[in-house]
Amino acid sequence: MDRRRSIKALLIGGAASAVFIEACKNSDKRVTEETTLTKFTGAERMQEENEHYKKVVAEHFFDQHELATITVLADIIIPRDAVSGSASDAGVTDFIEFIVKDIPSHQTPMRGGLRWLDLQCLKLFEKTFKDCSNKQQIEIVDEIAYPKKAKPEMQQGVAFFNLMRNLTSTGFYTSEIGVKDVGYMGNTPNQWNGVPDDVLKQYGLSYSEKELKECVSFDKT
Amino acid sequence: MGDFQIKKQPKQYDAIIVGSGAGGGMAAYVLANAGLKICLIEAGPNFDPAKNSAQFKNPWESPRRGASSKFRPFGDFDGCYWGWDIEGEPYTQSGTTKWEWWRARMLGGRTNHWGRISLRFGPKDFKGKSIDGLGDDWPIGYEDVKPYYDKIDQLIGIFGTNEGLPNDPDGFFLPPPKPRLHELFIKRAATNIGIPVIPSRLSILTKQLPNNKDRNCVFCGQCGRSCKLYGDFSSSSVLIKPALATGNVDLITNAMAREVLTNRDGLATGISYVSKDDMQEYQVFGKTVILAASACESARLMLNSKSPRYPNGIANSSGVIGKYLHDSTGADMGGIIPELFDRKRYNEDGVGGMHVYTPWWLDNKKLDFPRGYHIEYGGGFGMPLYGFQWGIEKLNGTYKVKDKQKEAGGYGASLKEDYRYFFGSHVGMAGRGEGIAREDSYCEIDPNVVDKYGIPVLRFHTSWSDYEINQAKHMKETFKQILHSMGAVVTWGGDDGPHNNYGLHNPGNIIHEAGTVRMGNDPKRSVLNKWSQAHDCKNLFCVDGGQFVSQADKNITWTILALAMRASEHIVDELKKQNL
Repeated sequence: MDRRRSIKALLIGGAASAVFIEACKNSDKRVTEETTLTKFTGAERMQEENEHYKKVVAEHFFDQHELATITVLADIIIPRDAVSGSASDAGVTDFIEFIVKDIPSHQTPMRGGLRWLDLQCLKLFEKTFKDCSNKQQIEIVDEIAYPKKAKPEMQQGVAFFNLMRNLTSTGFYTSEIGVKDVGYMGNTPNQWNGVPDDVLKQYGLSYSEKELKECVSFDKT
Repeated sequence: MGDFQIKKQPKQYDAIIVGSGAGGGMAAYVLANAGLKICLIEAGPNFDPAKNSAQFKNPWESPRRGASSKFRPFGDFDGCYWGWDIEGEPYTQSGTTKWEWWRARMLGGRTNHWGRISLRFGPKDFKGKSIDGLGDDWPIGYEDVKPYYDKIDQLIGIFGTNEGLPNDPDGFFLPPPKPRLHELFIKRAATNIGIPVIPSRLSILTKQLPNNKDRNCVFCGQCGRSCKLYGDFSSSSVLIKPALATGNVDLITNAMAREVLTNRDGLATGISYVSKDDMQEYQVFGKTVILAASACESARLMLNSKSPRYPNGIANSSGVIGKYLHDSTGADMGGIIPELFDRKRYNEDGVGGMHVYTPWWLDNKKLDFPRGYHIEYGGGFGMPLYGFQWGIEKLNGTYKVKDKQKEAGGYGASLKEDYRYFFGSHVGMAGRGEGIAREDSYCEIDPNVVDKYGIPVLRFHTSWSDYEINQAKHMKETFKQILHSMGAVVTWGGDDGPHNNYGLHNPGNIIHEAGTVRMGNDPKRSVLNKWSQAHDCKNLFCVDGGQFVSQADKNITWTILALAMRASEHIVDELKKQNL
């Protein structure tokens, strides 16, 4: 079983989780090879980078429970909406697994934060976060998702959720789905002809005579 | 290791050049085209932007989504190999010094990723001491360098405008690109409070050069990755590639120079280096040796080249090598422009870098710091990369989104709306100024530490004075005024003050280090003469930032290129006359 499917299975229900955890252990090696991340080991890389990349993807940081929890949280932060897909559609869990190995300073805040969240849920609902009902998950998320109105005793959870929001959003908006969603339109050969006329008009701006005379212009056809 | 010996190359070159960045690339270009036989030594691997650039890669093609790594401190797509920290190549600090040393290891050096900001020094920039009594005058003036600036403008290509400014000279410019939307906001706001904003001057081909149709800009905004189409200036593509095409250059990559070799007469005879490929020791020989390894690496190489004739390092009878090390000053600030929330989307890439900038506009006689700074601007629809809108919880509760007041932070479809709403509304500015080169700000050989090749490393001893700190304070006040004038709100860099030198970056951080092998007329107070030639050793030259007496508030690459061309033409003449 690959990790994507195993995570999905874990999300469906807790009954068979022991079996799935066993299955995932066996597939650990394949999991790395089947990551949704793009390999970046071509002519653009120097030798030392490729060696580092191999080392990073050969290791695991999060266990299956943590990965499943990250996936649930990430999809709460970035769900599918009318414009685009969800964090898990964009492979955000794989990105977060990679980036905490690449930037180790994220490791303790992420691992500890996930554990903090599970302990809160055990106290409140007698289940870990991922096994809570969707309503319970949202209940605890609401306690930590709003820094200015969160209770003082929730501050550690707020700090964790801020990091989780940042990592999820960075992973999502740098994916193909996310770039399209946010409407970045560059990264393609073209000619820069200045701000479009309708946009200039919207802001009450115009190019000066001097600018129009001295700047490079291209045929707009 | 066990069995190793020094392998001596039998060939006698006209010149050995150490380093392939702006200075070494220009020297190789001029000398090879004059028919001289050159050996070019580079400490890193070969690099051709056409093959090795990450241009046009999408963010998801990097597993770290463009985040920085120790291999690429400016991000995963950046065109420079290594940076602040190279495995096995340490450097050390003396006392409280916090020098930051960027080192590129690749053909073309850091020109593969630089900002292409190509500013000529003006007449005042060569005569600082005569104007305010600080530092020293250069042994040359603008009129000596102008013909070379003119030549490189036309050889390499640069856009800009002739503004007739007294200390920001006119040149041979291609037309600049039109300002982007946020740049129009900046221009209107700054002009309203008396701060000039003019087209920037970058070595990027907004049009093809008349005599060179092989290079082309396609306005992807990714000059920092190096250009597969050679549409901007990198030494690798624009100088070394044509130099190699002459057939006169033997290029040795992955070769770490160890010392300058000399004979009994004290003349330089060649270079010894260790090959990173096979870890063997080699020597190459030539009639002249030209150092262009970067200001600090060239100083290190000279200080490590000791012999009975040169007990303090080659050409160092003055003891000046390593001294007068200085970098540009730098301080930054950024904000958001609420008027630009929820902007219409379009391709805003333009060229790689700002389309407008602010040259120094005030009179230092009326200020509490002696030298000026220029302002660089950024903003707009950048490619989403690692860190994209990081910290939105500080933004989305502060401003209404689509007329709705939200609680800071959040999640879900509402959060996705916020990211779209704020995209493209950020703006940033950075001051880059002139610090004073001082004798007591220097690098030297650390007596206790060697790198993994056994080469003694540099120890830094640098500091800022009140001049630079006062200048940073002025930068910050100016940035606040501009941002306020454009209706923007400061989001970062606004809390700096006396407690942190007003956000003044550590020396070295701006990567314009210079001054370690400075030129001058007095052999007791300078290493090189006005031809970039060592006073003590007539066939040894240094053509990188080391030779600078001072560096103005102008990024130094264009002047490195001009001085390297000037020195190289002088070398060709002197070799012809058999003076070397």
